[in-house]
Amino acid sequence: MPRVLMKGNEAFGEGAIRAGCRYFFGYPITPQSELPHYLARRLPEVGGVYLQAESEVAAINMVYGAAAAGARVMTSSSSPGISLMQEGISYLAGAELPCVIVNVMRGGPGLGNIAPAQSDYFQAVKGGGHGDYRLLCLAPSSVQEILDLMGLAFDLADKYRNPVMVLGDGILGQMMEPVELPPYSGELELPPKPWATTGTAGRGTRNIINSLYIEPEELEAVNLRLRAKYQRMEEEEKRWETYLLEEAELVLVAFGTMARVARAAVERLREEGIAAGLIRPITLYPFPDAPFHAAFSRARAFLVVEMNLGQMVEDVRLTVEGRCPVHFYGRTGGVVPTVAEVVNFAKEVWQKL
Amino acid sequence: MLEEVLLAGFGGQGILSAGMLLAQAGMAHGLHVAWIPSYGPEMRGGTANCGVTLSDRPISCPLVTEPTTLLAMNQPSLDKFAPKVKPGGLIIYNSSLARWDGELGLGRRLLGLDATAQAEAIGNVRVAVNVLVGAFIALTQIIPLERVKEALRVVLPPHRHHLIAANEKALEVGASLALAKVGEGIALR
Repeated sequence: MPRVLMKGNEAFGEGAIRAGCRYFFGYPITPQSELPHYLARRLPEVGGVYLQAESEVAAINMVYGAAAAGARVMTSSSSPGISLMQEGISYLAGAELPCVIVNVMRGGPGLGNIAPAQSDYFQAVKGGGHGDYRLLCLAPSSVQEILDLMGLAFDLADKYRNPVMVLGDGILGQMMEPVELPPYSGELELPPKPWATTGTAGRGTRNIINSLYIEPEELEAVNLRLRAKYQRMEEEEKRWETYLLEEAELVLVAFGTMARVARAAVERLREEGIAAGLIRPITLYPFPDAPFHAAFSRARAFLVVEMNLGQMVEDVRLTVEGRCPVHFYGRTGGVVPTVAEVVNFAKEVWQKL
Repeated sequence: MLEEVLLAGFGGQGILSAGMLLAQAGMAHGLHVAWIPSYGPEMRGGTANCGVTLSDRPISCPLVTEPTTLLAMNQPSLDKFAPKVKPGGLIIYNSSLARWDGELGLGRRLLGLDATAQAEAIGNVRVAVNVLVGAFIALTQIIPLERVKEALRVVLPPHRHHLIAANEKALEVGASLALAKVGEGIALR
């Protein structure tokens, strides 16, 4: 299999192309601009449409339109731009429209800075927009995984008729790693979308895409139907990876770039005789609880490491339910915890056990 | 085997491309590689740096915070990053634009090469960084120099292929200068 060096931001784009995505609407922002840059060149090559919108608000509503017409469509941005899109994301969830949204996270709040961060976890996983909705949320931690998860993201979006958020960060977007890139095989046979607004020819009845339900009972029924869908996601779509989790007494938990740092920290802790292991959630929603349940019999403490001041740690605490102490270490504002910092903090936790 | 190389210098000295060259050559040689650039405001003038990890095992953490080798093309880069090099690590710097008079300690080894002057002699000052890359390759033997030369064809865009010969020359000059210095006491790892 030929291996090529590829930038994370480019891998988001190439992964989308290979997943059959033919429409991109977005607006440039660091540190994800190589993604639209790549697709501006690549999409016309495969007969697709790249359009730079006048704003993120316009872009997400163009995504709404293309998704309603049954297209595989995506947008991407970085933290402040994703905030601008939240109204549209809520509408997409309410109208049950499949699409993929990439957030290459940077420091916040506000304009923040362009350095890598993970401080949009709450926004991605707990809502962001208004209303009782959920996004499927995927968190790759290498350039190869970016390529692989983009395909999964489009498939899940279609399967559940739901927006899927792929969360990266400035490091993942900017770094280059080798990826296996099989020769591009062209058009995919995608499942039909009989609900899409493609005109009534051959059908007779109109398809309507809508998220407005005036009658409370009617809207409640929609919400209950959505909840049933989210419950199905929770049953079927949890994904994770573990590292040296068997016999781990100190279990680190991290996603995305931080999982790479945490994995190196686990290696160093093992060299020093500390029984450390790692749980890396790949889906942030639905949050994977199974590896935690598998760890309970031996784990004496969990240590969550994030590039924020403590967001995923809340889901870990909800999962652990007080069975075991849950510690947290994080840096924020674009500062990335080093392996040495994580090791030192883990040793402090270990010594107090 | 794990090499975490930090390349640093002024914007425009080809730092990011030299890092990509190492990563591309390492990948072609069958190593696991990762390349991470600095992409902050310093890209718009001032210092630029990138980290390249080369390993015979899958790379856990691709971030280079404690480099095993520093290739420093100017004084600010040398001053800023030399103290961060791992004990026993290697520092190769551009003595045309930087000097180091103090003690470094922790068994770290310093090698100054007049990269800018050598590049001027080759006829293109922009290949100076590859004098340091050639020295690094010669001292560590981590990748055959031929592989690095081959990687130039992949990393340089076609409209820059007329610079391949000058870049190859810079790599060779760096390698031979470094090997000559080894005779003067820079120990191989």
